Amino acid sequence: MTTPANEQKTNNPDFAIEGHGDISVGVKGAGASGDGSASATRITPGNALRPEDIALEVRKGQVKPTNDVAEYALRIGDDGLILAQRLGHWISRAPELEEDVALGNIALDQLGHARSFLTYAGAAWDKSEDDLAYFRREHEFRSAHLFEQPNGDFAVTIARQFIVSYYQFELYKRLTGSSDKTIAAIAAKALKEVDYHRDHSAQWVLRLAGGTEESRRRIVQAFKLVWPYVEELFEDDELTARLAESGAGVQPSSLRADFDQLTGEILSEAGLDAASGGELNLERIPQSLGGGRQGKHSEHLGYLLAEMQVLAREHPGASW
Amino acid sequence: MTTPATPKANQANEPHETPWSLWEVFVRSSRGLSHVHAGSLHAPDAAMALRNARDLYTRRNEGVSIWVVPADAISSSDPDSKGSFFESPQGKDYRHATYYTKSEGVKHL
Repeated sequence: MTTPANEQKTNNPDFAIEGHGDISVGVKGAGASGDGSASATRITPGNALRPEDIALEVRKGQVKPTNDVAEYALRIGDDGLILAQRLGHWISRAPELEEDVALGNIALDQLGHARSFLTYAGAAWDKSEDDLAYFRREHEFRSAHLFEQPNGDFAVTIARQFIVSYYQFELYKRLTGSSDKTIAAIAAKALKEVDYHRDHSAQWVLRLAGGTEESRRRIVQAFKLVWPYVEELFEDDELTARLAESGAGVQPSSLRADFDQLTGEILSEAGLDAASGGELNLERIPQSLGGGRQGKHSEHLGYLLAEMQVLAREHPGASW
Repeated sequence: MTTPATPKANQANEPHETPWSLWEVFVRSSRGLSHVHAGSLHAPDAAMALRNARDLYTRRNEGVSIWVVPADAISSSDPDSKGSFFESPQGKDYRHATYYTKSEGVKHL
């Protein structure tokens, strides 16, 4: 159960407070010799920034975001949180068990990013990640509309995933250079994971588009359903302008050219966009009004929150 | 989600009627020298099999390299002929280096 690194951490009284903080480690010292009979699935936790580490730094007073940075982290964290809740619904419902696990993995990655961002954001207002996730009301959430869109069929989920992962990749890539060290560190951790999410969704877009008539019909329909929510992701406002000025954040509009180019390459390879003779004329798809960053949401978020928050609200302070 | 009026005529076009094929997964750990069989999974093609393997068998930092092999490409020995296949080397100690006495004057053995 313990490695030297773990012992050191559990000796620190501050450390064990957070739930889920303790990672159990497999066979101690196994595999150091590289023997061929060792398990192919040996467990080592590896080192990466975890929400618990951020919470610890916050408690010790080592980091504290400015109000602007906290608002910004809240937006990004809410995007991940709402998407994770949506994706979690696929558990046991995906087309194959393997895909079930793939979507579950992506959901957990998103939840991990959300926990980090919300933990950090909460430091500005003396709130925990759970306070922010479970005890805010709908109009207090800052996620964009795309993330709360219903899963639909598998194609809709993939189309949503495709837009999200290409957007998040461009965002996190730039945030690794944020003047706020914690934002930069969270982004660096998230970037690698989101890179894989891009690959996962791109592979599926190609396969659905090039599969059967039915799969192609569905992915085309899916993009028509979710593309209206793209514009909102790239809208600048006063907050992002101030953050871009200070170097802590970026203007969303500055991500658009790279997003368009990279998604365009896949859509063109899939033969979906109009330029390559496909059925999708993205420029002609009307865009929704947005408003998620100001707390104005579509009718879907309320139901999602009701399901996500009910346990914590029925049993405040419950732990497991 | 509508039911096709003529299900039989439509069957050839329904991809989910064909189950995904089975793949065997081999993972090399960061300090391991060779790939070790980790298990099997279903996938529509090799590229997706690799990705599914990454999701299923390297969740806890287990590997730095993955092989996937179509399960039907693997020929295996017959478990019923264990005797003729594997028991023959028993007792043949001359197949082991330790059977031989070291010759005098040979260095570095």
